[in-house]
Amino acid sequence: MANTVHIDVVSAEASIFAGEAEFIVVPASAGEVGIYPNHAPMVTSIKPGALRIKTADSAEETLIFLSGGLLEVQPGLITVLADTAVRGHDLDEAKAIAAKAAAEEAMKNRGSDMDYAKAQAELSEAVAQIQAIERLRKTTH
Amino acid sequence: MAGSKEIRTKIKSVENTRKITKAMEMVAASKMRKAQDRMRASRPYAEKIRNVAAHLSFANPEYKHPYLVKRDVVKNIGLIVVSSDKGLCGGLNTNMLRLSINQMKSWEADGKAISVSAIGNKGFGFMNRVGANVKSHITGLGDVPHLETLIGTIKVMLDAYEAGEIDQLYISYTKFINTMKQEPVMEQLLPLSGEQLGSPKGHWDYIYEPEAKPVVDQLMMRYVESLVYNAVAENMASEQSSRMVAMKSASDNAKNVIGELKLVYNKARQAAITKEISEIVGGAAAVA
Repeated sequence: MANTVHIDVVSAEASIFAGEAEFIVVPASAGEVGIYPNHAPMVTSIKPGALRIKTADSAEETLIFLSGGLLEVQPGLITVLADTAVRGHDLDEAKAIAAKAAAEEAMKNRGSDMDYAKAQAELSEAVAQIQAIERLRKTTH
Repeated sequence: MAGSKEIRTKIKSVENTRKITKAMEMVAASKMRKAQDRMRASRPYAEKIRNVAAHLSFANPEYKHPYLVKRDVVKNIGLIVVSSDKGLCGGLNTNMLRLSINQMKSWEADGKAISVSAIGNKGFGFMNRVGANVKSHITGLGDVPHLETLIGTIKVMLDAYEAGEIDQLYISYTKFINTMKQEPVMEQLLPLSGEQLGSPKGHWDYIYEPEAKPVVDQLMMRYVESLVYNAVAENMASEQSSRMVAMKSASDNAKNVIGELKLVYNKARQAAITKEISEIVGGAAAVA
């Protein structure tokens, strides 16, 4: 029996993956992190990218695209709390401002800063998505 | 025969109403099933993030998040009101808003200032009517709640909490118990209390990558967001089942009304026929 760790990938809107893994690679905010079973307890944030899970029963890695979130590691349990939306500080701020503006019923013109921040976040997500697809192609060929 | 034509028109109109309520009942029944699934789908995330938050509140990182710190003096209160966008769902919104307004009155009596954030059309309209201080609102959520659309509204309140503009944050929504039963509830979101989170099984601290503050900040924000999302998902399931029940009783009522009207119509018809026969008989007797 290979040494494995239980991994749960959940988002606020759905449960994405649950199973035993031998090894996972997570796109953490400080760089990609590879985690084997019995890792020390750790919490870190995730940036947009592909989560790779090497499961015990298949030779191929499972790829899951994440647009961000949090990773919690305990020796026998890994939890990935995935974001469902494209997030970013400026973007959240923009949403808050929009919600406020709606309440005040003020018809303000949207600033170009906000569009820029949104485009940037979408771009980084698109790039990560492309990378995930490329990696998937490599593994299947 | 003057009355019978009017009765016939009335029957027709009630039948049309019944068709609509029956259709709404069936639509609500199918939407309810999906809304319940969504509500259940959001549970694993909420549970996981609560576990992590519980660990964090007991672990002792060098940084204590403001959401976990109780404030001694509570002067300003924030309230998130979750309601439905559409009506015709029985007493769902009325019950929830009654609970909210009663609580708001008692807060006001204690000299506390209240700011409101409204999710859903009905609550927003109501809060505006009663002249509450509505800080932000989001309406037109549709049938599928998305966290993305809620972020802005939640952030307004979280920012206000961090800036010290509000000292406590509550949320009121309708809890889904089962298809027949929904209950309006009001829960405290901030500050997060230890009992609410539950105590962790072990005691250890995490390695924070890259450092504690941004990670804990992000986690706490996600936690509150997941609570609000959960409330919205529950509220939607409640809305659909409440609408289904309301429309079912409306259809049943329409059926009863139609039955009664038909009885009156037949009586009127019979009376008219009897009258005609007696007139003919009377006429014949006069001639003979």
